[in-house]
Amino acid sequence: MSGLAVSATINGDEVEYLCQAEETLLDVLRNRLGLTGAKEGCGTGDCGACSVVLDGKLVCSCLVLGAEVQGATVETIEGMAKGDTLHPLQTKFLEHAALQCGICTPGFLMAAKALLDANPDPTEEEIRFGLAGNLCRCTGYDKIVRAVQAAALEINGG
Amino acid sequence: MYYERPETLQDASRLLAETKGTAYILAGGTDLLVRAKSDHFEADLMVDIKSIAELRTVHHTAEGFAIGAAVSCADLGRHAALKAAWPGVVEAANLIGSAQIQSRCTIAGNLCNASPAADSVPAMVAAGARAIIAGPAGMRTVPVEAVPVAPGKTSLGQGEIVATIEIDNRPPRSGDAYLRFIPRTEMDIAVVGAGVSLTLDETGTIQSARVALGAVAPTVMLVAEAADAILGTRLEYAALERLAEACSAACRPINDKRGTVEFRKKVAGVLARRAARIAYDRSRGA
Ligand SMILES: Cc1cc2nc3c(=O)[nH]c(=O)nc-3n(C[C@H](O)[C@H](O)[C@H](O)COP(=O)(O)OP(=O)(O)OC[C@H]3O[C@@H](n4cnc5c(N)ncnc54)[C@H](O)[C@@H]3O)c2cc1C
Ligand code: FES
Ligand code: FES
Repeated sequence: MSGLAVSATINGDEVEYLCQAEETLLDVLRNRLGLTGAKEGCGTGDCGACSVVLDGKLVCSCLVLGAEVQGATVETIEGMAKGDTLHPLQTKFLEHAALQCGICTPGFLMAAKALLDANPDPTEEEIRFGLAGNLCRCTGYDKIVRAVQAAALEINGG
Repeated sequence: MYYERPETLQDASRLLAETKGTAYILAGGTDLLVRAKSDHFEADLMVDIKSIAELRTVHHTAEGFAIGAAVSCADLGRHAALKAAWPGVVEAANLIGSAQIQSRCTIAGNLCNASPAADSVPAMVAAGARAIIAGPAGMRTVPVEAVPVAPGKTSLGQGEIVATIEIDNRPPRSGDAYLRFIPRTEMDIAVVGAGVSLTLDETGTIQSARVALGAVAPTVMLVAEAADAILGTRLEYAALERLAEACSAACRPINDKRGTVEFRKKVAGVLARRAARIAYDRSRGA
């Protein structure tokens, strides 16, 4: 198959793939690498369901070309749990019922982790602004905010 | 489509100039890659400018700030000196989109996308910012307001790239601000935006002023009459009234589902006076 050869580090693993120039990182993750955690809600940067961390920065993978990732580091939801041990955010999302259909959840978890990595003790307002790029049609957001607050408390040893 | 990632401005410019088909500059991609999904979009080439080292930094010199075209808005928000000198410009840049969008979007992309509602543009115009443009014939400098010429259209020629946005250092007693009106609290397109930049003398009298409006005409507007209305004043009530009237009178907005002509005119005046108030307080160090 023809295409651009790209090598990148994805969830700590060296990965090589071929992709077309117009293919997005989201398409590459889902269709070529079998990493289907990131979801396509809109494809236009509005819903955040496709959120991943690219070179340490939270991005919408639907607005990144697969070719742009050459030499970069990508973290996806698949790398969040360490083996069988869930990340505190994942545990708190379950405990607080912060998901219903679950399609938004991988994106919310990636965005919430990026938020807490940058700001370990956010106010409720900071959480709501920090997650404004993620849409959820089911939960009404409150449970998500509570879960993030609880996770922050746990991570900070509270 | 071809994707290229040159490492120098010269290579980027040459790639763009030599292509026979449609070529686009790819900065953060938060406008371009959205457009790329529409059916009638066609590109033969995208030239990614994020690997050009000189476009990836903010230089602070004795003259001012040189902001590389590939610097993300999130990085501008982390630049302490720029934020201290030009809080309005940085606030405007940081209003764009969500955390995800901030990681990628640039003010040069915001400018070159040429949307009438681009948030950072009125703030840059109020700040007197300049675009340094690299092209096949060398470099040229224009005021940022000369870049967008119509919705979605710029004055850039084939092979030309906005390399840097330059903004001067601040004299003492100066301040700027940008405010926008959106129907929601986050993640929306400006119905009106207003940027104001002021410098005061020792007595608190306005010595110089620039007022710019967004989303009320096909391109950003620098409203000289609005600046004149507050020059020589200490922004008393009457001066603010005249500022608001001048802004409302200057607007040439459209009617759409997001706001009527009448509403936009009114809000332009209201936002300009609020932004002027903030800029004034900042100038006094209040
Ligand atoms: C969910 C979402 C929310 C958004 N919210 C806002 C908002 O609140 N306010 C707002 O103003 N905008 C908003 N935008 C639009 C967009 O994010 C901004 O306009 C952004 O600043 C574009 O920058 P970019 O670097 O991503 O540009 P790109 O998409 O890379 O480029 C935009 C255009 O400019 C050209 N271009 C880019 N860089 C250069 C250069 N250096 N020289 C010459 N041409 C160049 C490109 O070819 C393209 O035509 C939003 C977009 C999304 C997807
Ligand atoms: S799928 Fe990327 S933001 Fe919605
Ligand atoms: S749980 Fe269904 S969209 Fe969020």
